[in-house]
Amino acid sequence: MLINELHKAFESRIRLGIMSILAVNESVDFKSLKEYLHVTDGNLASHIKALEKEAFIGIQKSFVGRKPNTKYFITNIGRSAFENHLSSLEKLIKSQKQIRSSQ
Amino acid sequence: MKNEKDYIKNIAEIRSMMERSSKFLSLSGWAGIMAGIYALAGAYISYTHFKFNPTDSIYQIAENTTYEYFSIIILALVVLILSIGTAIFLSHKRALKRSENIWNSTSRRLLSNISIPLTTGGILILILINKGLISFLAPISLIFYGLALFSAGNFTFKELKFLGTIQIGLGLLSFCFIEYSLFLWATGFGLFHIIYGIYIHIKHQR
Repeated sequence: MLINELHKAFESRIRLGIMSILAVNESVDFKSLKEYLHVTDGNLASHIKALEKEAFIGIQKSFVGRKPNTKYFITNIGRSAFENHLSSLEKLIKSQKQIRSSQ
Repeated sequence: MKNEKDYIKNIAEIRSMMERSSKFLSLSGWAGIMAGIYALAGAYISYTHFKFNPTDSIYQIAENTTYEYFSIIILALVVLILSIGTAIFLSHKRALKRSENIWNSTSRRLLSNISIPLTTGGILILILINKGLISFLAPISLIFYGLALFSAGNFTFKELKFLGTIQIGLGLLSFCFIEYSLFLWATGFGLFHIIYGIYIHIKHQR
């Protein structure tokens, strides 16, 4: 079944949003992610943790002056999972269109 | 089970998030229109009031650092500052409307990529002024501004690449026809800015 190919981790809009942002940017910090997604700190942190657990995203810690700066990036596993998810979505749309037009 | 509409909406959201996070889309179309108007006004004043004629200075080097040339440089600076100021102000307003920050990772990336061609062009212009080679200012500013716009097209509306190519072409053309360089400068910085601004406004921001 096609529908099974849609990864559970991408069910949430915010998690899908995080992956979309990281897919086109080398690395993005917490504050920028928060700005793009319009979510609270706690909410974003929990979604990040979930994606990190799947090893879809990685963390890169550094210092800007004395301030710690945490950046997130997409891992190879994450990228291929995200691309699979996208192509499954496209396939689903196509197949539903076919069903509709054959009716 | 979700239906087709949900999936389409899902994909649309992914696309828009990818674009929003990698491109600076708060650049205002009105800023382009206003910059064009300032440029046209500046070119008109320098032509009528200061009788700016680019051909004069080709062979008359350094002796012509007179009142007129000084005024034209001041005028050019005023046009530049007004244009940048308007662009920042209007883009800031647009960013607020989209509940974004004007100083974010996309605008930083945009600025760092255009800063190299712009600073190189700016320094070259200062060198030319210092040597009294005023006639080359219009073509040089067109070319380097065009190069900056072209690379800016990767980080904001891609139409900027087209505008950049036009500016580069006009710059090269005005090197060939120095006597028309002020006219070509007004076409590039004035007319095409206005056309571009109207296009962006209608296509993306209305």
